[in-house]
Amino acid sequence: MHPFLITDNWYDLRDLGNLSGRLLELLDDALPFGLVYVLAALIGFAASFLIFVLPSQLIVGVYGERKLIGRIQSRYGPNRVGPFGLLQPVADAIKLMQKEALTPKTADRALMYLAPIVFVAPCVLLFAVIPFGPNMVFADIPVAILYFLAVSSIPVLTTFMAGWSHNNKYSLFGAMRVVAMTISYELPLVLGMLGVVLFTGTLALQGTVLWQKELDIWLVFLQPIAFAIFFISASAELNRTPTDIAEAESEIVAGYLTEYSGMKWGLFYGMDIGYAIAAAAFGVTVFLGGWTLFGLEKWVPPWIIFIGKTHLFYFLFIWTRGTLPRLRIDQLMTFAWKFMLPIALLNLALVATERMFWIEQEADDSIVYAFAIINIIAAAAAVYGWSRALGYRPEETPLRPRLVSEAGGFVPLESGGEGAT
Amino acid sequence: MSGLIKSEPFTLNIGPQHPSTHGVFRIKVKVDGERIVDAEMVMGYLHRAMEKLAEERTYTQNIPFTDRTDYLASMSNNLGYVLAVEKLAGINVPERGNAIRVIMAELQRIASHCMAVGAFTNDTGAWQTPVMWCFRERERVLDLFEMTSGARLTCNYMRIGGVAFDLPKEFEPATRRLLADLPGFIDEIEGLLVGNEIFLARTRGVGALSAETATNFSLSGPMLRGSGIAWDIRKADPYCGYEKYDFQIPIGYQGDAFDRFIVRLEEMRQSVKIVQQALDALPGGPHSTQVPLALRPPAGEAYARVEGPRGELGYYVVSDEGPSPYRFHIRPPSFINLSALKEMTVGGTVADAIVVLGSIDIVVGEIDR
Repeated sequence: MHPFLITDNWYDLRDLGNLSGRLLELLDDALPFGLVYVLAALIGFAASFLIFVLPSQLIVGVYGERKLIGRIQSRYGPNRVGPFGLLQPVADAIKLMQKEALTPKTADRALMYLAPIVFVAPCVLLFAVIPFGPNMVFADIPVAILYFLAVSSIPVLTTFMAGWSHNNKYSLFGAMRVVAMTISYELPLVLGMLGVVLFTGTLALQGTVLWQKELDIWLVFLQPIAFAIFFISASAELNRTPTDIAEAESEIVAGYLTEYSGMKWGLFYGMDIGYAIAAAAFGVTVFLGGWTLFGLEKWVPPWIIFIGKTHLFYFLFIWTRGTLPRLRIDQLMTFAWKFMLPIALLNLALVATERMFWIEQEADDSIVYAFAIINIIAAAAAVYGWSRALGYRPEETPLRPRLVSEAGGFVPLESGGEGAT
Repeated sequence: MSGLIKSEPFTLNIGPQHPSTHGVFRIKVKVDGERIVDAEMVMGYLHRAMEKLAEERTYTQNIPFTDRTDYLASMSNNLGYVLAVEKLAGINVPERGNAIRVIMAELQRIASHCMAVGAFTNDTGAWQTPVMWCFRERERVLDLFEMTSGARLTCNYMRIGGVAFDLPKEFEPATRRLLADLPGFIDEIEGLLVGNEIFLARTRGVGALSAETATNFSLSGPMLRGSGIAWDIRKADPYCGYEKYDFQIPIGYQGDAFDRFIVRLEEMRQSVKIVQQALDALPGGPHSTQVPLALRPPAGEAYARVEGPRGELGYYVVSDEGPSPYRFHIRPPSFINLSALKEMTVGGTVADAIVVLGSIDIVVGEIDR
């Protein structure tokens, strides 16, 4: 670790962990036993709200997303409430709180009440293991990747609870789809992450960041396949657009959210953004170097770098949401099982070989650059070759209609017509 | 496994209140999991008895009714109706009137196809973006309508014997600007969607109708052409001087939702060509002939058909020499196109059914009248 980066002085605001640690010590001395935890929780809540939740969830997640989608769709987006429409999320929240949360007569009241609450808790838990800086990590547990993957699959249970409790066919559809899809996408996701773990040799998130920092390479270059799989699986599990079949509004109205209104719906909506940001934070930590930025973290506070990267990653989610149509459930499943899973396995084999070679030959660390080039080429070749093997032939699909000049009857395919390109 | 876990189909009501039924229309589908085993259409939620009401009003008073059947293509509906009455009463339309009618009908086709393409892509899940782009261009067409007729949606512009007003002088430059931009816009939509793998996966082979089935159901318009049948009233039975214009009929390959989509895109390009030619050769003279306000056509019947954006749009009018039609009937293309819905949806998934419904491009105002 660079000696310059870590000073334990409380005034080193490049890492807010120092300040909070010092503050806790002081409070512990001054206050009677136990009270420090309550106070620290309150301060921590306020601070994390100001530093992370406000800019991420409200400004980027709600306002930025709506604004960007608006620009993609060539309209303005929110611009009425407050300066540049910045207070729109607040107005939305106030409106949602005023609305009555209706419960259908036939619904399972307890489950329906419980689902949004259970949905919120894991989202908060996820951020516990994300390192914002060298010392800014709440729980630097050695199995953080496993923890993250485990906790992030709890929401599936709640979405199923929600869908089941409504006693509504559309909700049930959404719930069944969520369960089926998530189970399918967990597998390639875990296999992809396994490739990463094989390389870094650690399950800790802070360790993964430091590994990338030490070797001066981001894992996205070493593991392009794992990154692609992570992105696709994350967007599938988060119900973002190319894969938002769980709430597919044009098909099953709102899926498992159909009967929710008021703040019960608001919790789902808000936490959907929360989960997306957590996934972005995880992706940044594992694949994009976390809080490091080629030495710039000495000058710019690492937590600012990290939040900035997270927001840029989140932009990918917004972008896909604004431009892509939605897949069908069976196509999604086919994609997961027939395409992503074999490629993930292939990737795993490749990584294992490379790792073994690295250890056996006692090669220099700079060999990772060679691995990166090999892996990028292998990824392109695998994606191209496997899709060809599955029968993907884009050049055979005509994309323009045939043109005929005279009205007549049926024009057989062989006789063509003009301008069939 | 199927013997161990027992499941049974259940009924799912898609509509009448549903985001993708494009109005108040209901499909009762029986689904086995995601698969549809039976589909039944329920319509009539928007019935306004237009055909009966029309028997109580004079021939000219009926024109606004036709606006309100297919509210996305009011100009085409006006045109079909006035053609039928002109055929009945033997009225000739001046050259300029015919040219203006062609311009309006083709602009209406562009506007309507914009809506069709946008709504269809929305059904495939391209969340609002293509819709908004299509609306942007459709707005400009509607601006042109407002400029000429004073109304954007229900134009009430065609008159028996011609059109209501001559073109204002700012119409031509504005239209030429629009025509210059439209091909680029169509390319933009094409670039966003046509090569898109997800879009292809969702629409290729979905709701495919063979040429035989399509003719048996008496389909028309993009639905029929998507199945590979070169049929267009503008070519087969020209009206308003369509034989003078140079354009082509786009036809699809296998009659699936994707073919209908690309046929519509190409039709917009052809419409641009037609409007261009009509504007270049716009004749002078009067835009309308004088027709008595209380028109009493000789006893008889007449059927006139035009190629509306959704297909063959026919009007059947019977006169008993009275001031109002004795019988008035509309052949609504989307109603007849919709009749093949069961054929297209059964065997597919719920998501496919929505795509199929979007590809038919229904307007419930026209189905229920």
